[in-house]
Amino acid sequence: MFTDFYYTLRREGVQVTITEWLTLMQALKLGLAGDSLTGFYYLARSVLIKTETRYDAYDRAFLKYFAGVETPPQVTDQVLQWLENALPPLKMNPGEKNPSFDWSLDELRRALAERLEKQDGEHHGGSQWIGTGGTSPFGHSGYHPAGVRIGGESVNKSAVKVAGDRAYRDFRTDETLSTRQFELALRRLRLLSTAVEGEKDTLDLDATVDAIGRNAGRLELVWARSRKNRVKLLVLMDSGGSMNPYQRLCSRLFNAANKSTHFRDLQFYYFHNCVYEIIFKDPVCMRRNSLATFEFLRQYGSDYRLIIVGDASMGPGELLRPYGSLDWGADNEEPGINWMRRLAAHFEFSAWLNPIPRAHWKMVEGAYTISALQEVFPMFELTLDGLNECTKALISKKSAKRI
Amino acid sequence: MKQKNLYQGSAKYIASPELLNAVNVSVALNRPLLIKGEPGTGKTMLAQSIAENLGKRLVIWNIKSTTKAQDGLYVYDTVQRLYDSQFGEGDVRDIRRYIKLGKLGEAFVADQRVVLLIDEIDKADIEFPNDLLWELDQMDFSIFETGETIAARHRPIVVITSNAEKELPDAFLRRCIFHYIAFPDEETMHEIIRVHHPDLEQKMVQSAIMAFYRVRELPGLQKRPSTSELLDWVQALVIGGVDPESINSQFPLPGVLLKKDQDMAVLKRRFSTVDESPGKRNLPGFRRV
Repeated sequence: MFTDFYYTLRREGVQVTITEWLTLMQALKLGLAGDSLTGFYYLARSVLIKTETRYDAYDRAFLKYFAGVETPPQVTDQVLQWLENALPPLKMNPGEKNPSFDWSLDELRRALAERLEKQDGEHHGGSQWIGTGGTSPFGHSGYHPAGVRIGGESVNKSAVKVAGDRAYRDFRTDETLSTRQFELALRRLRLLSTAVEGEKDTLDLDATVDAIGRNAGRLELVWARSRKNRVKLLVLMDSGGSMNPYQRLCSRLFNAANKSTHFRDLQFYYFHNCVYEIIFKDPVCMRRNSLATFEFLRQYGSDYRLIIVGDASMGPGELLRPYGSLDWGADNEEPGINWMRRLAAHFEFSAWLNPIPRAHWKMVEGAYTISALQEVFPMFELTLDGLNECTKALISKKSAKRI
Repeated sequence: MKQKNLYQGSAKYIASPELLNAVNVSVALNRPLLIKGEPGTGKTMLAQSIAENLGKRLVIWNIKSTTKAQDGLYVYDTVQRLYDSQFGEGDVRDIRRYIKLGKLGEAFVADQRVVLLIDEIDKADIEFPNDLLWELDQMDFSIFETGETIAARHRPIVVITSNAEKELPDAFLRRCIFHYIAFPDEETMHEIIRVHHPDLEQKMVQSAIMAFYRVRELPGLQKRPSTSELLDWVQALVIGGVDPESINSQFPLPGVLLKKDQDMAVLKRRFSTVDESPGKRNLPGFRRV
């Protein structure tokens, strides 16, 4: 029954397994769907879909299979991808906003369908195509008096309508799996404490047997200290504009690190392209929420492990010249590279994670600064393998040899 | 007592039809029900409500970061046994006396079907759910020390909650029925407040809910307030004798809703016009590269 639905789901990227499908069949046999399509919709969703991020894909598959209702223009994955590499929100002077009430929904819908048909790539900041930060009616972070924000919310009525509304679009992430993989990789970053600190809370079996033997059979329990991870980790993240395309990748790393409970201490700091005399405490990089880099170095001892996440791509001047910072009003007397060297010298173990694939390092715009920073930090690409390499480099000096 | 097997929600708990459906599917199929949702959307309350509605006992297994799968099955108290052998108390040869069943074991040996709540499974170690696969699937485990097998007399109704702090392994997810509790809309919120505080003034509830959703939608909040915080807040407003008119303009007692300094700052910025000095503002047209 509904075998095609199974394949439709898989085509939409929902990895339904046979086990789950059989469970659904069993449920249908038990009559759990009632006799309505709505019942079937919820039943199948609760049995087949295991995370809210997949609700949207499920809705799309359901729509396709049980079509026969009016379908809105398909906002495909590709379009969403165009929107991902976004420009910062367009700031509009309230005076220029000039709301126009002269539009019709039908017309907009037609225009959107038309543009979806014709558009073949990313467009940002313009006034015609689907994109971000512009004044076209389609996309987000831009301004148009009567636009369609791509992304939605709604409530439920009949089943196909529910699917049509696709209320869960906001939840979709196509790489949920990898957060877990990142987490597992970070677990390798472990350095057990020696037996001289901490609580004595585990039974030392050998010592206990010894002690009882010495006591001629009278009980004596010997407790030992359990060993705990003593890795303290500092993560410095680049939050400059050139990092926008990698936002999702970086936030996955951020989440994975944040969820790891096994570090003794974990701190996040931010910088914009390059570290200078101050380091920021939040990704907005405003001066009022910052810390002097010297203060930062004093605060965190050399036993902290430092991971810098950034594309290392900037104008050579930003890295090599005094007063090279892009930031308005930053007074960096020393070139950025000095600060970078200072960081590398202070922390015994440090590494750089670069979201740009290694194969491109020599070809991208920032190739010059990438190679300059490779002299200072061991640099790895931000992939699962790269992260694994990176954790090794942070544990032992041997594998930290520069590649 | 008549045994019901269809969950219909309970007086103190507003469950959406989808949620009712998911619960009943999981009961009928004998599969664990995995509930996810923002904190404070009533995930834990659900299990209580199911137990109450179906007239079953509720066994709660609270998961902490140090919880091991073994803790839920049984614990063998070696130390007690050693001590007893020393002082000649009790029958030391009977290992069974030193085996203490955990919450899962307790649910298995109960002489009636019970509701087992495994609360906040994502708090535990990342491998924790994998260690429970067999036990939840087959509903039995064996005690190594005695060679005994503990099998469920009545398969418990298992409800598992997760705050999505960690991703759960696929193998585990495959065996569950899943439901995501969406954040309630304003209408449902009215209903929820009504069942908890039935005699509140309508005007107060109305403006409290309005202010609440306004705060929730503030951009840049680190921890958005949840249903349970709204319930506390409404109560606080009543006890504090706050005038319903002033709620939306003055936003009294924000500490009940917002728990982080940064969030409080966001709120302050939003509700008062005083801001940074003009010199520090971004120059118009200046864009970060």
